[in-house]
Amino acid sequence: MGRGASSLCSGKARRFVESTETIAWFADIGLEDRPSVGGKGGSLGELTKADIDVPPGFVLRTGAFEKFIRALDAEEPLRAPVEALDPDDLDNVGVVTGTIRNRVLQAAMPSDVGDEVRIAYAALCADAPNAPVAVRSSATTEDAADASFAGLQDTYLWVIGVDEVLNMVRSCWASLYSVESVCYRRKHGFPEKDVAMAVVVQRMIDARTAGVMFTRSPTTGDRSVVTIEGAWGLGSAVVSGEVTPDRWVVAKLTEEITVRDISDKHIRQVPKDGGGIEHVDLPEDLRRAPSLSDQELITLKAIGQRAEKHYGRAQDIEWAVENGTGEIYLLQSRPETVWSAKEEAPVAKPQSDPMKHVMNIFGGRR
Amino acid sequence: MRVAPGTEAAQAAYPYYMHFAPEDDERFWFYNCMHFPEPMHVFDMVTAEAAYCALGSSNTRVHCLPTTLGIDYRIINGRVYIGGNAVTDPDEIARRTEEFQKRAFYYYEHWERLYDEWKDKMRALIKEAQELPPLALPEFEPLENVHAAKGIASNHYLLDIYQKTLEGYFRMWHHHFEMLLLGYGAYMVFFDFCKKAFPEITDQTIARMVAGFEAEIFQPDEEIKRLARCAVELGLDEEFRDGVSAEEILASLADQGEAGKEWRDELETSRDPWFNVNVGDGFYHYHRSWNDDLTLPFSALPGYIAKIKAGENLERPVAQLQAERQKLIDGYRDLLATEEERGAYDQMITLACRVFPYVEGHKFYCEHWYTNLFFNKIREYGALLADNGLLADAEDIFHLSRYEVEQAIIDVMTSWSNGSPTRGGARFRAMIAERKKAIKTWAALDTPPALGPVPDIIDDPAIVMLWGITRENLDVWLSGPADADGKEIRGFAASNGVVEGTARVIKSVQEIGRLQDGDILVCQVTNPTWAPVFHKISAAVSDIGGSMSHAAIVAREYGLPAVVGTGQATARIKDGQRIRVDGARGVVTLLG
Repeated sequence: MGRGASSLCSGKARRFVESTETIAWFADIGLEDRPSVGGKGGSLGELTKADIDVPPGFVLRTGAFEKFIRALDAEEPLRAPVEALDPDDLDNVGVVTGTIRNRVLQAAMPSDVGDEVRIAYAALCADAPNAPVAVRSSATTEDAADASFAGLQDTYLWVIGVDEVLNMVRSCWASLYSVESVCYRRKHGFPEKDVAMAVVVQRMIDARTAGVMFTRSPTTGDRSVVTIEGAWGLGSAVVSGEVTPDRWVVAKLTEEITVRDISDKHIRQVPKDGGGIEHVDLPEDLRRAPSLSDQELITLKAIGQRAEKHYGRAQDIEWAVENGTGEIYLLQSRPETVWSAKEEAPVAKPQSDPMKHVMNIFGGRR
Repeated sequence: MRVAPGTEAAQAAYPYYMHFAPEDDERFWFYNCMHFPEPMHVFDMVTAEAAYCALGSSNTRVHCLPTTLGIDYRIINGRVYIGGNAVTDPDEIARRTEEFQKRAFYYYEHWERLYDEWKDKMRALIKEAQELPPLALPEFEPLENVHAAKGIASNHYLLDIYQKTLEGYFRMWHHHFEMLLLGYGAYMVFFDFCKKAFPEITDQTIARMVAGFEAEIFQPDEEIKRLARCAVELGLDEEFRDGVSAEEILASLADQGEAGKEWRDELETSRDPWFNVNVGDGFYHYHRSWNDDLTLPFSALPGYIAKIKAGENLERPVAQLQAERQKLIDGYRDLLATEEERGAYDQMITLACRVFPYVEGHKFYCEHWYTNLFFNKIREYGALLADNGLLADAEDIFHLSRYEVEQAIIDVMTSWSNGSPTRGGARFRAMIAERKKAIKTWAALDTPPALGPVPDIIDDPAIVMLWGITRENLDVWLSGPADADGKEIRGFAASNGVVEGTARVIKSVQEIGRLQDGDILVCQVTNPTWAPVFHKISAAVSDIGGSMSHAAIVAREYGLPAVVGTGQATARIKDGQRIRVDGARGVVTLLG
């Protein structure tokens, strides 16, 4: 590792040039901007507003995608052939979408969009030219639907140089024309003219440790604890399930760390020279070492609670601890959906007389 | 389980109603190592019979607990086994429920007044015991008794006072259980609610939400701190040094003029009543009180004095503790899902906090203050029997049953009446020698944690509340070490923190002096009167106790990591071994 030990400053402080119709800096947007910046972009803006550190970045709004596709469609119809597809005829879907994906990947970027991305990128990386960034698709659909909307979760890590950024933007857009995405839209009869996607371009955290955090226990639904999972290196290894992460449970009120499951972490994901990421084996002494200190756990827990408080509901969060500086950044925060969706019977109801509660113990109904 | 060979006569000395009978094999019994961790002297079984008699009366007949009657008990090889008596017939439960609500609810409703009155009753009972006259057998009856035409000779009062001593002790236990189960019950209701609403909350966090701060049981330790401050203020601090006995210190203070006298007066103020704490839990005659043996309080003084001189504040931060408790109560309340749950929570925490002062406070009056008076009165009889040739040593009286003591008293009374020697000396000495040997034999035996068929569920509220026994932790006890490499011992997480250090395995309170600064205390059961050693140790581990045990309460007060209720720490940890105590997870790891 050992790249860039200087800290990224917080997203809030980093509005480098004014937001425009095409580009939106995190500090200027929130969840209400979801139609033009997507869920991920809106959430990063929201966290920035809540004064929570996120790696600085901007969103290429959905308008850029529309401009791009309109031009392509004018050249040779693209939307009509997709709308005509039968989702059960997978062979044909494969052929048609393959052609379209190629066109998206190879078409020239509208010059004003390209210029704006170049300006924003230069501003974002002013302190470190060609600093690595993540390019992440940001869907405008509801989060719950995202999960089944395969292809919309594309994230490209450790992207270096603006030309490569523009290529990855096209890759995100092209993912809208994957077989799964198109079949999904056709099955639900969504019109092609409503298809939209924003793209997040964000400075990359060279993570010493990264992982996920739940402000409500994923296993028991307990609201009084924060569950944290983490492993060495970039968080993608944890999210994809390639490494069994360490797991801790921290009580929100007492800050007691009540569970410490330290796993055998055989690999970590690190940046590759020249861009992208790679797996490396972990040295023996790190494999079974806790990937977070107690102090980091407490700090992380507090950040999770701030996000939860800002949104007014339990959150599932991705986070990273920066290599060298130890600064903690949130990469994503979205509402917890599993336990929140459950109809729960109250644990107990008030009694006409408080002492009637003791019958739960003495009445043999335990 | 069989009586150990060679100890049959000692086993037979226990009253017949405490012995196992063949039909008992059908029932489930568990070893009450919480209250009786060491083999019982024959006399000390009076603590068991008085306690179970009163506990059963309260459950079965006074408050009519719907689903449980009293606790049966048996003794074998000096170990006390107990078994519950569940009520399972739904009609009977319904009938008892109706009675229970008329009785228990009255107590809940009037709790504060009844607890105030309870303290008055206990003080009156204590006064009665204090006012029992000293034992006296004058050569001739005092003339004034004769002229007053008293008509009754002095020897009669030996029997009278003995019976009153026993009677008062049995009465004390009735008061002990007058409110106890109801108090625990209200706490358990809140505990269960928290466990359901917050499945990952720790027991110790729930305990902290109800903990009181004014409880009598903290006061003895406060008195030692007060005396330490007095010593510094009076310029006497040089007199208190490690390794100097209490007697030596008191003797040297006698040469310190006015200041020395002033400190000794302050000591007397503290002693009555606060040094009436014994170093155990009230079930063994040899768990002496601070008043009887000043070693423990005096051994704590040099440490406290050093801290005061270093400018440390020893005051219990009561306001801060209360604020922290309120923050927890409010914080968990906010986390509840609905206003409905908050309403139920408010009702339960309010009730739990109302009753909890009794649960924490009763022990000082019963197991400590009264129990000390009781055992010391029996000691007077020990001295009397020894003076009259029946015992080699006054303490040997505890090797006789309470019935045998009465026989011996009558032997003395008769001897005084007739001018003949007492008759039982040889007989008692032989019995006592045999019983002393038996206790040694029994102490070396392994004690099975449970006997008989293990039931599928244990939901007897008395057993769950008082002993913390559930089906789950019984399985752990019965299965022994569960970890693969035998390096871990699990128990209740009683107080947060992780510490590594040298284990000092203290098997009885007499060994308490072996504790060095920074040691980890490993013991069968601790007690809040051990509080003064808590400022020396770095962590505590016990065989017995739940997160509400006094060891746990004191450990939390001192901010020391503690793991309690391990079942096996004193057996598996070697004295001097390096261990790690993780008080948040409830795990002890053997390192060396």
